[in-house]
Amino acid sequence: MDFYRSQVLVCGGTGCTSSGSAKLIERFEAQIAEKGLDKEVKVVRTGCFGLCEAGPVVIIYPEGTFYSRVKEEDVDEIVGEHLLKGRKVQRLVYVDHKTHESSVQKSLNEVGFYKQQMRVALRNCGVIDPENIDEYIAFDGYQALAKALTEMTPEQVIDEVLKSGLRGRGGAGFPTGKKWQFARASQAEHKYFVCNADEGDPGAFMDRSLLEGDPHAILEAMAIGGYAIGADEGWIYVRAEYPIAVKRLEKAIEQAHEYGLLGKNIFGTDFSFDIHIRLGAGAFVCGEETALMASIEGKRGEPRPKPPFPAVKGLFESPTNINNVETLGNIPQIILKGADWFRSIGTERSTGTKVFALGGKINNTGLVEIPMGTPLRTIIEDIGGGIPNGKKFKAVQTGGPSGGCIPASLLDIPVEYDTLTSVGAMMGSGGMIVLDEDNCMVDIARFFLDFTVDESCGKCTPCRIGTRRMLEILERIVNGKGEEGDIEKLENLAENIKNSALCGLGQTAPNPVLSTIKFFRDEYEAHIREKRCPAHHCQALLNYEITDACRGCTLCARNCPVNAISGTVKQKHVIDTTKCIKCGQCMTNCKFNAIIKN
Amino acid sequence: MCKHICFYMCLNNYKGVVDFMPDNKEKYAKLQEAIAKHKGERGAVMPVLQEAQNIFGYVPQDVQEMIADGLGTTLSEVYGVATFYSQFSLEAKGENVIGVCLGTACYVKGSQKIMDELSKVLEVEVGRTTKDGKFTLNATRCLGACGLAPVMMINEEVYGRLTPDQVPGIIAKYRA
Repeated sequence: MDFYRSQVLVCGGTGCTSSGSAKLIERFEAQIAEKGLDKEVKVVRTGCFGLCEAGPVVIIYPEGTFYSRVKEEDVDEIVGEHLLKGRKVQRLVYVDHKTHESSVQKSLNEVGFYKQQMRVALRNCGVIDPENIDEYIAFDGYQALAKALTEMTPEQVIDEVLKSGLRGRGGAGFPTGKKWQFARASQAEHKYFVCNADEGDPGAFMDRSLLEGDPHAILEAMAIGGYAIGADEGWIYVRAEYPIAVKRLEKAIEQAHEYGLLGKNIFGTDFSFDIHIRLGAGAFVCGEETALMASIEGKRGEPRPKPPFPAVKGLFESPTNINNVETLGNIPQIILKGADWFRSIGTERSTGTKVFALGGKINNTGLVEIPMGTPLRTIIEDIGGGIPNGKKFKAVQTGGPSGGCIPASLLDIPVEYDTLTSVGAMMGSGGMIVLDEDNCMVDIARFFLDFTVDESCGKCTPCRIGTRRMLEILERIVNGKGEEGDIEKLENLAENIKNSALCGLGQTAPNPVLSTIKFFRDEYEAHIREKRCPAHHCQALLNYEITDACRGCTLCARNCPVNAISGTVKQKHVIDTTKCIKCGQCMTNCKFNAIIKN
Repeated sequence: MCKHICFYMCLNNYKGVVDFMPDNKEKYAKLQEAIAKHKGERGAVMPVLQEAQNIFGYVPQDVQEMIADGLGTTLSEVYGVATFYSQFSLEAKGENVIGVCLGTACYVKGSQKIMDELSKVLEVEVGRTTKDGKFTLNATRCLGACGLAPVMMINEEVYGRLTPDQVPGIIAKYRA
């Protein structure tokens, strides 16, 4: 192995790639070669660093200098100043949103965003080159597999996972060890171990980052799981929308084969295991395990009733175990460090850590991994750096289309499975969308119902028709045509759908509506009774008004598509509200901020 | 031609005819290769449809028939799968495909406004292709680039941290 005095880590995750990190890498390599530093400095394309908001992100070690929003033209300066002369480029160093402190003197772990995090599943993301198996091995990679295969019986492996208290990170939170036990108990010639990487919750991208940043960890965990339940074949079902993840997985599988870490007689034992990849094709319902298996079998991804459970009769009619990506990301560490170590993190009933994708109206959007039980407030205020533009926090939505909204009054609850469920939200796969005073809660409920209606597979009536009825009512409300009794109708439909839908998608689809009614009933009532949207979001319920700041420039009148604005030059204009179609063109065009909506 | 055609002609917006023209020979040869590669594999319909979608940009009826015949399954089976998943399109797409992310993170940061502006500038409804065949406007699910919200993709290019007033300028680049 070559030794380098300095390493330039450039984030190659999806967020940073989208903001141009691939070009940065090329430029870094060219510049470093030009300055003759290519024997001393190495450029590494890593997985996601987590702080996507600051992307593209570049970190230079050994100093741990954290450069944010680096542009292609900044590269020459970083190479010339930092790498050649040892002077940090101050203007590019990340500045903390909350404290406004620059991290020039600090290393990465002291930055507010990272300080309270604890990385177990994401430990290698942003640290190693995901396309190089040697780097993974250097970070204890495949040691857990070696330990499981050579020192432990399958029962001992299951026992360790069971004792760790690890619960499924995909949404439902079922104990992983129990699942493995069931699959182990099934007698069959063939068994399958499936990794569910059909991450469909809008606003959740931890599985993607894990696959992109540390693909070997998932392969290793699948092999360990395969050994534990007695499977000889693994399948990864991954979204086709994740091309970088797919490419890295393919490469990782190839490398693992080369090293004999997949394939026949792994570590000289009689355990053989192979992994295939199957691409999804854009159907949210395929995240449900029975639908996922139907999809791998090449059929329409429709769920079926359980039992029989997959552990008894699953993929290709054989016993099958299915785990989510993040769940698997914890397995190698549990085997290596033991169940007791894992139990020491988190709370009694929710052990370990959980990765959340923080998005929406928050300063530090990105991926965060925190010990279970961390108060929600810490995530929003300390790690997330609060709400941008001085706006007021309104709620945080967790669990995506199956989850709910948590209002400001509950910000001090600990984040763990049971607490979140008890307040009407859920852990879900870990999307955490922050909403501020400008977001209308009725519209958010409508947004999620719109999603479920679109993604309902149509197999069972409650989901196919029931969610559509709910959506119609919600659309009526946001369009100012809500009627007395609509809220009760929604609640009634919601209860019925929850109790009678076939799969998890339908059963949880009403949650966003129920939780917004529970905590923001007044907003629903304002829409229905007063035909008013308190957040000034719902277009149909807005009234535009011209204030005294109007200079009479006539721009608004000229841009109004329905000629609803009248007035003479240099005189204050007036909007005829009976003609106004509330398109907002006048407000967008006004140069004097003289138009308000209320 | 397959015997099921009369029935499906009614169901399907049939646009396959042009693809029999000679310049598409290569594409059909590629499709045959893909079928041969996956034949006999369990659950081969999806990967073959995915390759077909990549080769043609959509999966017209004659392509579905060829897949059904090649894999020894029925057209109804292939059609069922092709219409279930949003990745497969039965209609030809425009030269440039625009996908506006309507995932939650983008939505709360105003991606609907980006969508409305695009719809206005292109004079086309969501999910449709412009009359000149230059643009198809789609709503997409979460692209996982939530840090850059609101986000849209034009072909392979990602545009992040968008505001509605940037839209006309970006579109102009593709019109040229």
